[in-house]
Amino acid sequence: MAPYIGTATSRIDGIAKVTGAAKYAAEFNVPGLLHGSVVTSTIAKGRITRLDTSAAMRVKGVIDVLTHENRPPMADNDQAYKDDVAPPGSPFRPLYDDKIKFNLQPIALVVAETSEVARFAASLVTVEYEEVAHVTDIFAARDAAVPIKPPASPVGFTPPKARGQPNRALARAAVRHEGEYYVPIEHHNPMELYGATVIHESDGKLTVYDKTQGVQNVQRYLCGVFGMKPEGVRVLSPFVGGAFGSGLRPQFEAVLAVLAARALERSVRVVLTRPQMYALGYRPAMVQRIALGADADGTLDAIAHDAVTATSQFEEYFRQETGWSGLLYKCANAKYEHKLARLDLPTSCDMRAPSAPTALFALESAMDELAVALELDPLELRLRCYSERDQNHDRPFSSKALRECYRQGAEAFGWNKRNGAPRSMRDGSELVGWGMATGIWEALQMPITVRIALTANGSAEVACATSDIGTGTYTIMAQVAADMLGLPLENISIKLGDSTLPNSPVEGGSWIAASVSNGIATTVAAVRNELLELAKKVPNSPLANAAPDEVKLADGMIVDERDGSRSVSIADAMRHGGVERIEQEETTNPTADDSRARNTHSAVFAEVKIDEEIGVIRVTRVVSAIAGGRVLNTKTASSQILGSVVWGIGMALHEETLIDHKLGRVMNANIAEYHVPVNADVHDIKVIFVHEHDDSNPLGVKGLGEIGIIGVAPAIANAVYHATGKRVRDLPITLDKLHP
Amino acid sequence: MPYTLTVNGSERSLESRDPDQPLLYVLRNALGFTGPKFGCGLGQCGACTVIADGSPIRSCQLPISAAQGMKITTIEGLGTIEKPHPVQAAFIEEAAAQCGYCTNGMVMTSAALLAQNPKPSVEEVKQALAGNLCRCGTHDRVLRAVMRASGRQKT
Repeated sequence: MAPYIGTATSRIDGIAKVTGAAKYAAEFNVPGLLHGSVVTSTIAKGRITRLDTSAAMRVKGVIDVLTHENRPPMADNDQAYKDDVAPPGSPFRPLYDDKIKFNLQPIALVVAETSEVARFAASLVTVEYEEVAHVTDIFAARDAAVPIKPPASPVGFTPPKARGQPNRALARAAVRHEGEYYVPIEHHNPMELYGATVIHESDGKLTVYDKTQGVQNVQRYLCGVFGMKPEGVRVLSPFVGGAFGSGLRPQFEAVLAVLAARALERSVRVVLTRPQMYALGYRPAMVQRIALGADADGTLDAIAHDAVTATSQFEEYFRQETGWSGLLYKCANAKYEHKLARLDLPTSCDMRAPSAPTALFALESAMDELAVALELDPLELRLRCYSERDQNHDRPFSSKALRECYRQGAEAFGWNKRNGAPRSMRDGSELVGWGMATGIWEALQMPITVRIALTANGSAEVACATSDIGTGTYTIMAQVAADMLGLPLENISIKLGDSTLPNSPVEGGSWIAASVSNGIATTVAAVRNELLELAKKVPNSPLANAAPDEVKLADGMIVDERDGSRSVSIADAMRHGGVERIEQEETTNPTADDSRARNTHSAVFAEVKIDEEIGVIRVTRVVSAIAGGRVLNTKTASSQILGSVVWGIGMALHEETLIDHKLGRVMNANIAEYHVPVNADVHDIKVIFVHEHDDSNPLGVKGLGEIGIIGVAPAIANAVYHATGKRVRDLPITLDKLHP
Repeated sequence: MPYTLTVNGSERSLESRDPDQPLLYVLRNALGFTGPKFGCGLGQCGACTVIADGSPIRSCQLPISAAQGMKITTIEGLGTIEKPHPVQAAFIEEAAAQCGYCTNGMVMTSAALLAQNPKPSVEEVKQALAGNLCRCGTHDRVLRAVMRASGRQKT
């Protein structure tokens, strides 16, 4: 049987998705289901002085209006609201009290027999406020920003230490570049609205269908908030209509739906409106200053990277914003400063490759500017600064095929035909620009538990509480299990997205592919060992003397790897042993070895064509060469990179959450005015997976969900500079910024 | 008020208080067709697309009073798991569905296009799908799938 790992296997959930059979959180119906509509605040900061729900209550079909004044009890301490990935601080508590912490904050839930009635009645709730001055502009809060504190919890990032003498090195550098770069707030905008359907079962237990990247995180959180026993709440999320980080932390739709279900002892669904989605987390705005010092030959000698990022007034969200700079390139002297600006907004959160696309927009734009100052080809500059070690922690990489990414990417793109002078390349009336950038991300693995149940007829169920947010987790789990159990793909069924299944971390950080595939390998080994014990008991067993690590499972057989003729069929072994079903559950922990850095890398090449008269920028070609370890499925992996490149195009040219700072309110809270790339914006994208062997985990998997976006925006910005001679340091690069 | 809708070849009777009630709400709640997706309710994303009398239409913008008398096809009526429509089969083969939430709109718009124009050019497909948003970034995959379903390949 040919292996499935590494092939272009089609999604096993594809048929469900193209026929409408796949059900999402707000699509589970039960008789008597009630619908909740959320009322949100219209001020950014202050308190509610009067909340009048009487007109809403008089609407026929309205069952109740829940507010902080009449809600059932909820936990009164921060710890209860801390989810698995909560940043330091005091988490937001929906409908907790009269305090308003951000605009669009949920302040009431109207529950009615239909969603239309609920929504209409919600419009009748009147609110009076006592307003307090707010700040939502990162530039206004910049001077008051405070340095980050390395978190005490394991979640979060400790910024790397400075090395060498960066100030002296900058002062003596033959060539210096210093610049300030800005990336605005961006919102995830998954196509599916956040929603939860809470089914109040006859025994009082709750079944919660929620849009989330972590069913067990939501389950633990709900138990904390409502003081419920774990067995009283089951959270499911079989399909997720996109999340991109917005579903890592539990969101308030689940709290409100559970609140109403408990208060009314009824089943309740709450779905946010598209504008209300802007009350969730977001990629924090980031103001960065980068200073680079180089020798005249183009070797870097000093990097200083300062960043100010946005968080809320109540939590301190940050990631590894500045440390990427001293990690990516060889440079003896480096220093970092990262401060947080507290704004009257919801807490910022993870969004596709948190921190890296923003940080590398600054770094890779600055490197391009340094190349211009040095009169060097930008790719040549990267090669001269190539780092074989993680200098932040003074250790080697477990693998790093970035040089090969540069080579293959440049060749596929035709980089050697580039004329380096700005405004030198044209296609008819359009200016043509070619730019490039590097990407780097982490290759993470998390503890995970996988259960496998194998039946004598040769079918297996593989179960883990992870999610598939569209990445292809269902499919890669089935591929890995099929190969390792030696069974056809169609004999494997996958169970995920259910809090009652074996433990999984949230699906984020690109760590699920590595975690769950190696998790399956561990559990398969336990299944194999049990099968071998049975096979040894078969009369005249050819495997009587075989050790567990000398046999594998292939084509429905337990086979001696040293001598393929020695084998026992799985069916025979199980039948002879009187066993109909083998079930094993194992936990796999990643290696504790910190002696090597584990990263994925990319080289991104972009072509833009610009009609200067009307200011239109088109990204006509992108080549993304990825070094991401072993690729489990070339089809789903390519989709991850293609999608990430589209995100990079959006970041470069379209995406920006615009806030009216006087009102502290998002002005473009819908997907017509928050621009995302559409079919007309997406042209030729080529993905190359560079061969990269990595032995950090048995399968050599690094994860690919995030590396693809990193480096795309600066490659495009650098191409825009090459085309026009105009350097735009604040994203997105909109038409007006190109005009003289 | 009673309404009769023709959905996927069957007549379905229902009650509504509001002649302006969007078809999408009726399909998803009263009739249980959750294939058409609720992405915005504002006619901005295309996830709710159904085929009405042969044309792709945003069901969140179509009042039931207007939908009455039209032949409505939802994705549930386009093909089946056993016998998918060529567009559905091509979407699987080309990995055009990722999270799957925009997929309904992409599939229904493409199926309506191919019914009227069986051999569209790449530009015609892009034009037809101009109003369908996708956040996973499947645009290139979708284009390839529609070309495959039309019997051509995207170069």
